[in-house]
Amino acid sequence: MIDAPEKTFIIRMFHVHHNYGPKKALIDITLDIAKNEFVFISGPSGAGKTTLLKLLYLGEPVSEGQVLIDGINLARIPRKRIPQLRRKFGIIFQDYKLIPTKSVYDNVALVLEAAGAKNRLIQKKVKSVLRLVGMEDRLKSFPPSLSGGEQQRIAVARAIIGDPKIILADEPTGSLDEESAEVILELLRGVLIRGATVIIATHDKALMRKTGGCVLHLEQGRLEASRFIEKQYDNAIF
Amino acid sequence: MITLFFKRAIEDIFKNRFLNLVTIITISLSILIASAFILFFVNTSEIINSWEKGLRIMAYLKPEINNDGLKDLKLAIQSLNDVDTLQFISKQEALSRLKAQMEHQSSLFENLTLNPLPDSIEIRMKASTESWQKIDSLAAQIEALPQIDEVEYGQRWVGRFAQIISLFRLAGYAIGTLFFMATIFIVANTIRLVIYSRREEVEIMRLVGATDNFIKIPFYFEGLIQGALGAIIGLVILYIAFIFISANIEKEFFSGLFRFHFLSPTLLLTILLVSMLVGWLGCYISLKQFLKQ
Ligand SMILES: Nc1ncnc2c1ncn2[C@@H]1O[C@H](COP(=O)(O)OP(=O)(O)OP(=O)(O)O)[C@@H](O)[C@H]1O
Ligand SMILES: [Mg+2]
Repeated sequence: MIDAPEKTFIIRMFHVHHNYGPKKALIDITLDIAKNEFVFISGPSGAGKTTLLKLLYLGEPVSEGQVLIDGINLARIPRKRIPQLRRKFGIIFQDYKLIPTKSVYDNVALVLEAAGAKNRLIQKKVKSVLRLVGMEDRLKSFPPSLSGGEQQRIAVARAIIGDPKIILADEPTGSLDEESAEVILELLRGVLIRGATVIIATHDKALMRKTGGCVLHLEQGRLEASRFIEKQYDNAIF
Repeated sequence: MITLFFKRAIEDIFKNRFLNLVTIITISLSILIASAFILFFVNTSEIINSWEKGLRIMAYLKPEINNDGLKDLKLAIQSLNDVDTLQFISKQEALSRLKAQMEHQSSLFENLTLNPLPDSIEIRMKASTESWQKIDSLAAQIEALPQIDEVEYGQRWVGRFAQIISLFRLAGYAIGTLFFMATIFIVANTIRLVIYSRREEVEIMRLVGATDNFIKIPFYFEGLIQGALGAIIGLVILYIAFIFISANIEKEFFSGLFRFHFLSPTLLLTILLVSMLVGWLGCYISLKQFLKQ
C-alpha cells in the first residue's frame, strides 16, 4: 500500500555487493524480477550465479546494498523469521543438498514436515510429486545409491513440493540428458503456470533458447546485460 | 507432530548407535553409583532407627537389695531425665532367658548349681535424636546410685556409627552432585558429537525452512530417551546386585532380624525423572552452543 510497485516485483536488488573475504563475487547488482516471471541467470563459471541466488534466501549475508523479497527487506529480517522466508522458496541446489542418511521419501517429505503439514497430506503429496519426476519407485532408496541425474530429480521434487512462490534452480539440468532435462523444464513451467516465479541459473544456452524468457547475464560478478530471448520453436520438443 | 519427532529421535539413536550406547552406558553407571548410595542410606537409616528404638541401659544391682530398696531404686531411676520405661529382670529370669538363647549349648548349664547372674533393670530411653549424646551422662547418673553395681550400654558405638553414616551421607551428596554434573557434561558432549556429525543435515533442514525448534525437538527426545534408558539399565543392575548382596548379608549378620528394602517406587520414579532431566540438560547445553552459530 505504501509502495505499490514493490508488490509487483517479488525480488528487488539495489546496488548489492558480495565479498568472500577479499574476493569480490558480486559487484553493484541492481535488478527487479516481477512476480510470475521466468528468468535465467547466465554467465560463465565463477561469474557469481550461485552467489546471487544465495543472497536471496539468506544462504549468504549481503555485504552491501539492499535485497527485498516479496516486500521484505532481508537486512531487517529477524532471525526467527528466516525459516518463514525460506519457505517462500523452492531451491534446487547445484550440488543437490540431499540428506544422504535419509530415504528419498524422507528427503522430499522434510519440506512439508518442517512446515507442519499433516502426515496424510505429506504421504499423498510426496508420492504424487515423485511420480511427476519419475522417481515414484525409488522412495525407499538413499541418495548415495542414486545416479547424479536421479538425485537431481529428487532435488526438483523437493523444491516444488511445498508450492513455493519462488523457484530457484541452480543448473537444474546439469546432470541430465536432453530428454530428462525437458521433463524438468516442463515441471518448472508447470509451477510458473500455477503462479510461481522461476529463476534458473545456467550457462546452458540451448536450454535458454528452448524456453525463452528474460536473461540476466553475469560476467565476473557484474550484471552485464539483461535481455529477452524469444522461445525458438525449431528445436523444441513439446 | 510429536510422533514424527519421536520417530526421528529413535531413528537417530539407531543411526548413531555407538555414541548413543556410550551415553546410555555412562548414564546408567552414574545412576547405578548414585542410587547405590541412596540405597545404602535408606537401609542404614532404617537400621539406626530400629536400634534407636531399642536404645537401652542395663543396670546390674548389688546382690543385697530387698523389695523396698528395689521400689526406691525404680523411683529414683524413673525420675531421671530421658528415661522412658523400666523393667526389672530378676536373676532367675535372666538365667532362663540365657538358657533359652543358648539351648544348643545347654550342656554348659548342666553343672551349674548357683545362679551367677545378678538382678538387673533394663532402662529404655525416650527416643530422640540426641539420645546418643545423652546416653553417657544418663548411664553415669545411674551408676552413681548406691544400689547399682554396674551399668552396661553396649550400643554406645551405634552413636558413633550414626555419626559416620551422616558423614557418609554428606560425602554421598557431594558425590551425587559431582556425578550429576559429570553426566550432564558427558551427555552434552555426545550430543555435541552427534550434532557435529550431522551438521550438514541440520544445515539442509534449515535451508528448506525448518525452524530451530523443528531441528531441536528430536534431539531433546533423544536426550530424554537416553536418560530414561540409562536410568532403567542402572536400576536393573542395582536391583540384581541388591538381591544377591542383601540375601547374603541378611543371613550372615542379622539372621532374619532385619530385612533390607529396595528403593521405594517413589524414589525409583524420582531417579528416573532426574536421569531424564540429565539427558535433557545435556542436550540443552550443546544445542544452545550449536544453534548460536
Ligand atoms: N564460500 C566461498 N568462499 C570463497 N569464495 C567463494 C565461495 N563461494 C564462491 N566463491 C567464489 O565466488 C565466485 C563466484 O562463485 P559462484 O559459485 O557464485 O559462481 P557460479 O557462477 O555459480 O559458477 P558455476 O557456474 O561454476 O557454478 C567464484 O570466483 C568463487 O570462487
Ligand atoms: Mg554455481
